Amino acid sequence: MAVMTMIQALNSALDVALANDPDTLVFGEDVGFFGGVFRVTEGLQAKHGLTRCFDAPISEGGIIATAIGMGAYGLRPIPEIQFADYILPAFDQLVSEAARLRYRSNGEFWAPITVRSPYGGGIFGGQTHSQSPEAIFAHITGLKTVIPSNPYDAKGLLLASIEDDDPVIFLEPKRIYNGPFDGRHDQALKTWADESSAQVPEGYYTVPLGKAAVVREGVAATVLAYGTMVHVGKAGIEDSGVDAELIDLRSIVPLDVETIVASVKKTGRCVILHEASRFGGFGGELSALIQERCFHHLKSPIARVAGWDTPYPHAFEWDYFPGPARLAAALKRVLED
Amino acid sequence: MKNSQGLRLHVPEPPSRPGDQPDFSNLVLSAPGAVRRPDSGEAEHLMRDLPYELIRVLDDEGEAQGPWNPRLTPSVLIRGLRAMMLTRAFDDRLFRAHRQGKTSFYMKSTGEEAIGAAQSMMLDAGDMCFPTYRVLSWLMARDYPLTQLTNQIFSNAEDPLKGRQLPILYSAREYGFYSLSGNVGSRFGHAVGWAMASAYKGDDKIALAYIGEGTTAEGDFHEALTFASVYHAPVILCVTNNQWAISSFAGIAGAQETTFAAKALAYGLPGLRVDGNDFLAVWAATQWAAERARSNKGATLIELFTYRASGHSTSDDPTKYRPSDEPVHWPLGDPVDRLKQHLIAIGDWDEARHEALAAELEQEVKGAVKAAEAVGTLGKSKPSVKEMFEGVFKQPDWRVIEQRRELGI
Repeated sequence: MAVMTMIQALNSALDVALANDPDTLVFGEDVGFFGGVFRVTEGLQAKHGLTRCFDAPISEGGIIATAIGMGAYGLRPIPEIQFADYILPAFDQLVSEAARLRYRSNGEFWAPITVRSPYGGGIFGGQTHSQSPEAIFAHITGLKTVIPSNPYDAKGLLLASIEDDDPVIFLEPKRIYNGPFDGRHDQALKTWADESSAQVPEGYYTVPLGKAAVVREGVAATVLAYGTMVHVGKAGIEDSGVDAELIDLRSIVPLDVETIVASVKKTGRCVILHEASRFGGFGGELSALIQERCFHHLKSPIARVAGWDTPYPHAFEWDYFPGPARLAAALKRVLED
Repeated sequence: MKNSQGLRLHVPEPPSRPGDQPDFSNLVLSAPGAVRRPDSGEAEHLMRDLPYELIRVLDDEGEAQGPWNPRLTPSVLIRGLRAMMLTRAFDDRLFRAHRQGKTSFYMKSTGEEAIGAAQSMMLDAGDMCFPTYRVLSWLMARDYPLTQLTNQIFSNAEDPLKGRQLPILYSAREYGFYSLSGNVGSRFGHAVGWAMASAYKGDDKIALAYIGEGTTAEGDFHEALTFASVYHAPVILCVTNNQWAISSFAGIAGAQETTFAAKALAYGLPGLRVDGNDFLAVWAATQWAAERARSNKGATLIELFTYRASGHSTSDDPTKYRPSDEPVHWPLGDPVDRLKQHLIAIGDWDEARHEALAAELEQEVKGAVKAAEAVGTLGKSKPSVKEMFEGVFKQPDWRVIEQRRELGI
């Protein structure tokens, strides 16, 4: 065990994968000698060799296309897209190819690729370094979408994603790379050192895809979150004084619908929290699933706390970002209904 | 400086439209046998003339000329001819089957049969081809079962792709034939990645990919060339220039400004421009590029200069946008006729044998189609609806399990 940041834990996962499986390789923009703009791949090229971790042209479509071809050959490539905002040139490859290859070829070919990409806001990155595009991937049948919220999960989920035989979009909440962030942007930065979830085994382990974590047990309401929002959820629940249950989904595809349903049936109230814009966001799907499965247990309408339906605004970051105060207000509202 | 005439937007137009006399006078064709053949290990910068030439082996009399003559045995040539003729016989039969309502869609390879046949035969069993929808002759040259093809086209209970895919978008891993898609160009980069993986593993297999001349305008083409160049991927990247992208002539993809083979120059890759209707030339150029790839010299771009002699698909009517007799005026002839003429010229074939083979192949196709019809044509037979829910993921998640139950199966 060692205390690791998200970055160190992700680096450790890649290190373990490269050491254990000669069919894995890492490539992407600036990931080789330099070790990535967020340092997630630092030292991997020096340790594992030039062909195991190397730089790619600035060509997201080309990165994903070649990764799919490598996957079809029999490798397990782990490409990086430098920011999730830049993934859209590769969208056709992900949707029309990676997600559909197994189905259309009746299992003759498949693409066991894990596409890592930093995502989300809170870093004053403006609209091109802050977006949360998870819902557009969740909508694509054939893709899995995984979003860790802490160092332990980050490593275990990444190793599980790499071993998975289906294409996985692995979104890394960049705001919590170096420390948990609960949305209280005017307070001192926290480090991972104080968090139990930063105690990370140095060797191999996995956290299974599709198993949510109950982060805080409670009886009055259920809060659903993932990524950075898990930490915002904790803070918002604390601010509200409501005895809410907090669930970290960990992956949105596959989705642990059983854990969600069990919690909402117990509490009868639900607030969905995500950073992405509200309209058409993943919260809409969660809300529909809960309505379909828990309608008679609901004591109040499901609430969504999310980014506003605007592009990610630079100067208005903290007006846009759904922080703990907005969650606390929503929790009070669902309890009053 | 002010332009007194004002700016003008240029929109290219083909030399002839319906009602016009077909006009190919703008084509510059090298003489058969005239183009030099450098060693396959030659430095790229010493071969920059080649993308502007046209590698041809067969002359107008059917004789093989010049340094690109691959000197194939008659039995190999006859196998090639058979694959091409089988492709044509199958295409004609299945095109009619579409008109009879037996399937929803079909696309023919007419005029382009030499390409898939020569390349399929030239490359090794373990190599992988990343096809377009117009290289059926690849499968024919490797004896893919005709009934299985027809079952796929009819989406019937025996369809190897379980009714999930549009007719003719085959997948045949055992035959070195990657899964097809209706999105053009999207697999060009897969071939590069596959080839990179082969090199990464120290394997000896290479990849070959096709893209249409129209699709060279997609980013996929340029991305693939960039990666192939950067990582010296052992891949043969082929542009099938059949002059037409549905109704858009090759000029809409830039053919009036340069050749498609010359796109290789900016990437530092060798570019060969080859008569795609000449079985021997296609074979020889592929052999050259394969040698180069297998010796770690990296990728080659080959423009296969050909002509799409039939419509784009069963949904297309080419007489609406080009002269109806344009195909017969194509100056490089018909690939089947030319290989036949060559075999006759070297004394290994004659009209009687040709007719006998054509009749035999027609029977073979007829028998295969009948067998598929016995299983059922489109709508008369289909795989179990359970198949709709299979293969989304390796293991189904709760959504497909629940939805399958919801459908009552």
